[in-house]
Amino acid sequence: MKYLSIDQCDAYYGKLKVLDCVSLDIEKGDVLSLIGPSGSGKSTLLRVLVGLNKPAAGRILLEGQEIDYQNKRSLKRARDRFAIVFQQYNLFQNMTALKNVTIAPVKIQRRPKKEVEDEAVALLNKVGLGEKLKSYPDELSGGQQQRVAIARALALKPEILLLDEVTSALDPELINEVLDTIRLLTQETRTMIIVSHEMSFVREVSSKVAFMDAGCILEVGEPRLIMENPGTDRAREFMTKILHH
Amino acid sequence: MWDRVAEELPRFFTYYNVVFFLKAMFTTFLLSLIGCVLGSIFGGLLAVIKITKSKVLWPLRALALVYVEFFRRIPFLVTLLLIFFFFQAFGLEVSVFTVALVSVWVIATAFIAEIVRSGLEAVPTTQWEAAAVMNFNLLQTLGTVILPQAWKVILPPAFSFFVLFIKDTALASQIGVVELTYSAKVLNNKGFSAALAFGVVLLLYYILSYPLAKFGAWMEMKLEISKHRSM
Amino acid sequence: MNYTIHFSQVVEYIPYLIGGAWISLQVAFLAFCGGMVIGLFGAMAKTFGGVIIRRVVDAYVSFITNTPQLVQIYFLYFALPEAGIVLDSYEAVLLGMTLNAGGYLTEIQRAGFLSVRRSELEAAETLGMNLMQQVRYVILPHIMKVLFPSLSNLYILMTLGTSMAAIFGLEELTGRALNINAETFRSIEVFSLTAVLYFFVTVAASLTLLFVGRVFFRVKGKVF
Repeated sequence: MKYLSIDQCDAYYGKLKVLDCVSLDIEKGDVLSLIGPSGSGKSTLLRVLVGLNKPAAGRILLEGQEIDYQNKRSLKRARDRFAIVFQQYNLFQNMTALKNVTIAPVKIQRRPKKEVEDEAVALLNKVGLGEKLKSYPDELSGGQQQRVAIARALALKPEILLLDEVTSALDPELINEVLDTIRLLTQETRTMIIVSHEMSFVREVSSKVAFMDAGCILEVGEPRLIMENPGTDRAREFMTKILHH
Repeated sequence: MWDRVAEELPRFFTYYNVVFFLKAMFTTFLLSLIGCVLGSIFGGLLAVIKITKSKVLWPLRALALVYVEFFRRIPFLVTLLLIFFFFQAFGLEVSVFTVALVSVWVIATAFIAEIVRSGLEAVPTTQWEAAAVMNFNLLQTLGTVILPQAWKVILPPAFSFFVLFIKDTALASQIGVVELTYSAKVLNNKGFSAALAFGVVLLLYYILSYPLAKFGAWMEMKLEISKHRSM
Repeated sequence: MNYTIHFSQVVEYIPYLIGGAWISLQVAFLAFCGGMVIGLFGAMAKTFGGVIIRRVVDAYVSFITNTPQLVQIYFLYFALPEAGIVLDSYEAVLLGMTLNAGGYLTEIQRAGFLSVRRSELEAAETLGMNLMQQVRYVILPHIMKVLFPSLSNLYILMTLGTSMAAIFGLEELTGRALNINAETFRSIEVFSLTAVLYFFVTVAASLTLLFVGRVFFRVKGKVF
């Protein structure tokens, strides 16, 4: 039994089909990277997993159990097990960095406040923002906000961490600090799905790479294999374009 | 006209009359204030109802929509009369002030519901999404994330509505509420020059409205600045 | 409840009420036109005039926007006769509403004036347009597009505002409703009907304005 199994999923954005018969299996501890051109459905796949887009067809199974995205309780349980970091960080603007990280564990997971706070401080220190606990998002740079977002996701103690193009909205000089943070995370045993355009980074940290185009998964396999010697034409086209940047 | 006004002035501004005017002014102010505060509470509720998505609640949503669209497109005088006759039909003995207050309340609810809805929409969807994926329910999302951000967009137009409504309360005079307009009529009927009576009342409305309007504008400016606090 | 609803007794009066609605629309229209003229002068005075004229216009606008239209009309109707000027109900209401509209329209049109950017005018000039052409092809369309929402909004408010004319005996919609009420005592039915008519009148007005806006001025908007 696979840990996370996506089975022939379709998804639409209005009339546009953004996921076309997508199937993917993920083992516990996998660091799976999704690469491909813009609009290929990578982010959509992550959004579908957390229920922000409803799948029109197909099934998604977590530890063999199907997630029913139409059912409130099933969706809630699924969301308990995932955590997502968005491209635009989406920090709560009216809360400090610390509050952003502690609010969900305290209010939703109902964990004891002191324990959550101590952990939050540790997490923010880990991502290098120990000095910025009381700062508001609009006082932080993009890179800093993204690291808070990562800390916020980690505080939820998720089983699967989803990173949706987390460096794409950042100024170039801020990208590395975030990548460093993510690198740390990949070194711990954690199941992660990363959507990224940072090819060398993807190659370095992933245990598996999937290439998507036009809503379909065209190739899945070892990073080196997919990225150096792609099987399909589309993938080859993409890799040449990317590498000859 | 001016001669008459000049001649009547001392008789006009007796202690009794001045107190009468001040009380009427206070009534005008209270009508708008209490009506709008109550309207804010219920208007906020209607706005929240309108953003729910569950299928079960659709009749409530439909009702909210009809209510808001309807009462925003009817003259205050007509609403006032309708409510007046409603109370009468049900045999309820209430003061005309109560009737007027309920009317202000009913209308304020409709207008403020729209203002709140606008404010909620001003908060980016991404904030809603971030809360949703962390399993916040609607009330939690509203309370901890959305409202703290939306209130800055809601308060200025809501306050401005309150100041605006002070002028509309003039119509309550038609059902006998002793507010500012009514007081002018009373004094005119007592024999005082209409120019004097209505002139003074116009001035009193101005004194009530102008500072409040200026305050509203100042508040709007401060909130606008605080939105761009550290940029 | 010691009152039973009998709409049947009131239904025959519907044409009469609709006639009243028509009068409401006429009054609002006339007052709006008059107000636009006042507004134009006021806006021009504020944009191009000297200090004194600007202060005068400011005072006028401030007075209008901070006092109730009802009391303004009361003053015209009851106080002016003391100065020798007697207006009948219709004249007082129309004048009052026009002056009231003028105050708001001065502000609206002034905003319109301000919205025309110098760069647009310069561009028009370099294209060889003289002043008249500039006004017609650049300034006016731009202003109309910018102001259209405010103008529509005001017009709707004025249409609703005509209901206070009933207080002065005018037989517009509310006035006629009061007449019917006096005859039949079917208060709730009459005023519910009146409310519904006002609703439809404003929706119709909104739709018309939307249509006019889209067709003539390329303005997009929504009713609900």
